[in-house]
Amino acid sequence: MDARSESDPVKNRTTSERKSERELVVTRTVNGPARLVFEAWTKADLFKRWWVPKSVGLTLLSCEIDARVGGTYRLVFRHPASEQPMAFFGRYIEVTPHSRLVWTNEEAGEAGSVTTVTFEEKGGKTLVVVHDLYPSKAVLDDAIASGSTSGDMNETFEQLDELLVALGATA
Amino acid sequence: MRYILNHMVQFSSTRLNTSFAALSDATRRGILEQLGRADASITDLAEKFDMTLTGMKKHVGILEQAGLVATQKIGRVRTCKLGPRQLQQETAWLEKYRELWAARFDELDKVVEELEQKEKIHGRKK
Repeated sequence: MDARSESDPVKNRTTSERKSERELVVTRTVNGPARLVFEAWTKADLFKRWWVPKSVGLTLLSCEIDARVGGTYRLVFRHPASEQPMAFFGRYIEVTPHSRLVWTNEEAGEAGSVTTVTFEEKGGKTLVVVHDLYPSKAVLDDAIASGSTSGDMNETFEQLDELLVALGATA
Repeated sequence: MRYILNHMVQFSSTRLNTSFAALSDATRRGILEQLGRADASITDLAEKFDMTLTGMKKHVGILEQAGLVATQKIGRVRTCKLGPRQLQQETAWLEKYRELWAARFDELDKVVEELEQKEKIHGRKK
């Protein structure tokens, strides 16, 4: 990234892996107890402060989180290259305080993945594992392929959006 | 929250145009999807997509040029599979995905640190 990230103190390593044909896994240790990390994942006013890092260029317009079993979440974003705001939403399937969260990703319809996040505290630090399970290999392949080809050229952004929709429709 | 990554992940490539042209056609996207499930011969693909061999060869040729498909001729049969580009793409995408999450977690660190500070001052809630 930039030079700043190297001089910053104690940043823990983040890993990403395609664990199987249908699974993506991200891990990171956060310096703090699980109850506080869990709080930051389940309270909207905290969640919205970190979920969309500034470097990404998206603006979070709204963020609603009802982290209870059966409760829903809804995030609305704006991208400078896209006229329409984008909404991401789903439902919490499992909410086990300080240790486990499971939610659905419903904006993609049947192509949506299920996200499981576990929090494991050790010596005042918390290992966070984010696990995404996709309905099929083809859906995850598509997500990767469309993400990889959506380059940083604004003029193609809308076309690529249409392409994503088309890919989603044929998945 | 799946598609957000595809908006967040910025992957520039000089081959974007070739790739984009290759992907702009519904049949070719279908071919990639098909090959994602299993390798197939040109004949298989032509049958599946109800097309002439010549038509299918043309589509596969465009995908091959973009590095999205690789073909190999064994005897009289030309077998198609996902190309090297697909694999490079996956590696590049995973790295971008990691960077996105790293940036997220960097911000999360700050939030958690602040919560800890507050606790130290005000004592634990509950």
